Amino acid sequence: MRRLTVPWTGLTRRRRHRFAPLVVLAAALGVTGGLYTALAPSPHAEAASGVSTASIDQGRGLFLRNCSSCHGLNAEGSSDGPTLIGVGAAAVDFQVGTGRMPAANVGPQIVKKRPSFDAQQTAALAAYVASLAPGPAIPDKSQLDYTNSDIAKGGEIYRTNCAMCHNFAGSGGALTLGKFAPALRGTSPRHMYEAMITGPQSMPVFSDSTMPAKDKREIIAFLRNSAKEPGPGGLSLGKIGPVSEGGVGWLFGLGALIACAVWLGAKAR
Amino acid sequence: MSEHTHTDAAGVEHVESADAAAAVQEEHAGAIVARDEHGEIETHYANPGLAPHIYRRSDIDKTAAQRREREVATLFGLSTIGTLIFLVSYFVFKPADKQGNSNQLLSTVHYSTLGLGLGMGLALFCIGAGAIHWAKTLMPDDEIVQERHPMHSSAEERAGAVEALKEGAAGAGLGRRKLIRNSLLGAMAPLGLLALVPLRDLGPLPGASLAYTAWRKGVRLVSDPSRNPIKAEEVPIGGVVHVMPEGIDKMPNPLDEEAKAAAIVIRLAPDELHERPDRRGWDYNGIVCYSKICTHVGCPVGLYEQQTHHLLCPCHQSTFDVTHNCEVVFGPAGRPLPQLKISVDSEGYLVADQDFQEPVGPSYWFRGEN
Repeated sequence: MRRLTVPWTGLTRRRRHRFAPLVVLAAALGVTGGLYTALAPSPHAEAASGVSTASIDQGRGLFLRNCSSCHGLNAEGSSDGPTLIGVGAAAVDFQVGTGRMPAANVGPQIVKKRPSFDAQQTAALAAYVASLAPGPAIPDKSQLDYTNSDIAKGGEIYRTNCAMCHNFAGSGGALTLGKFAPALRGTSPRHMYEAMITGPQSMPVFSDSTMPAKDKREIIAFLRNSAKEPGPGGLSLGKIGPVSEGGVGWLFGLGALIACAVWLGAKAR
Repeated sequence: MSEHTHTDAAGVEHVESADAAAAVQEEHAGAIVARDEHGEIETHYANPGLAPHIYRRSDIDKTAAQRREREVATLFGLSTIGTLIFLVSYFVFKPADKQGNSNQLLSTVHYSTLGLGLGMGLALFCIGAGAIHWAKTLMPDDEIVQERHPMHSSAEERAGAVEALKEGAAGAGLGRRKLIRNSLLGAMAPLGLLALVPLRDLGPLPGASLAYTAWRKGVRLVSDPSRNPIKAEEVPIGGVVHVMPEGIDKMPNPLDEEAKAAAIVIRLAPDELHERPDRRGWDYNGIVCYSKICTHVGCPVGLYEQQTHHLLCPCHQSTFDVTHNCEVVFGPAGRPLPQLKISVDSEGYLVADQDFQEPVGPSYWFRGEN
């Protein structure tokens, strides 16, 4: 078990106390932790520091093979893709975890699809990008625990800040030139939270400083509750409001009335 | 004419009865006359009469008639079933419990609405459909000619009516009894006030209230609806905060005030901002604040596209360019969104520097006079 050592091998035998490795480890951890606390912008960034170098190396490998053609060999960005320095682990976890990245084709908007990487690979990529520069970290379980959140308050925040794009029931809606705000039903709380703190594509950023984590949990609680709500009128018609409801009214309601009128006017045989 | 309709299917009888019908029509036959511009008779056409009557299956075939009868009865029977569905749903699906609490029973509301609607729809529709089917297939359907006559009364009757009115007027003595006539006029004339005076409730005119909002110098911007003050350094680039003036909830008519003061804070990278020369310094380090009330018809403009810096109105797709003073780039809005001049207070929180410098929202009479 004896390690190959530095030139001062002769001295080390006596100097290396049984607890020396532990002390060194503790000191190293202390320095890393201290530096991290001093430098990290967000109090929730610990997740990134717990990631091993192996994971970052694996992430770098994945990045070079799958992402660097657009985002640059050092994630500095190119004409085909933005820089990823400082976007943080949350952005990677959202974009790769929802299958938006790697992008399949260039269009008005990069859409959700089946993820190309499994959870472990996604975490490695996130760790690599987070190691480049500090940025929003992946929210931990306590940040996402919305079980005791105020659903009504969440609805209020949602209607002021989110509903104009994502629709009153989270069904999504159109933006300009083929872009759209996606539906939020079926999106996991983690991905919703990450979208809010990173502002992917057309979406603006709702950082924890301007919209506290508690507000975000309340929004998530409202959306999860809203998705479970049955349609009291029968068919919910996608919950997109007067467009689908009016369409059914005109097509089927008026169609039935016209059919009745034709039947009334037809001569019996 | 319909007696012969119940004979068994025998083609010959039908041809005969059709001939009989045609004969009856010829008795009524007159002539259609066309006149030229001098009123002279120009041409004569023979009245073609009615088209030959077409007999229905139920007229010819007894079993077909019985089938129709059963169909009508089935429709009426369906209506009875519809009524039963309505009654059963009414008593089975309770949209609220005995305490009137409906929260946890939202899913039964679904069945209640569905049952009541289907039941009532079936009950009413099938009565109507049955009646029409009955009338169309089983009731007599012979063509009948109804003669029309001039509607006005004879000359003597008209003269008599005028005479009676004149007698009545003479008897009332309106020309002689001036007091009654004048007091009646005095009673009738002010009646119009009953309709006119309540129109006052449409007022009072808004005066200058539309031109000013709750923003004042030094009022903090607080997030809507959580009402947290906003530190300028904490707004990230690409970030958006929907804001209200601090303390708006304690104002006399908070909802009226919110409807005017609603605003949106957006942070752009400083090099993306193209400020109008006269508005230099209205932003704070790339943080700009604009009214959220659309200048078209006053919807809350809230869809911000971070990459294009376009601000969209969800109602009619008016699009404003945030990098260029929120000028209109698309849609029906007529004016840019009004900008709020902002800065920070001693603690670093965003504050307004003044009220909006023009009335927010859509156009109105007298806009620009206060």
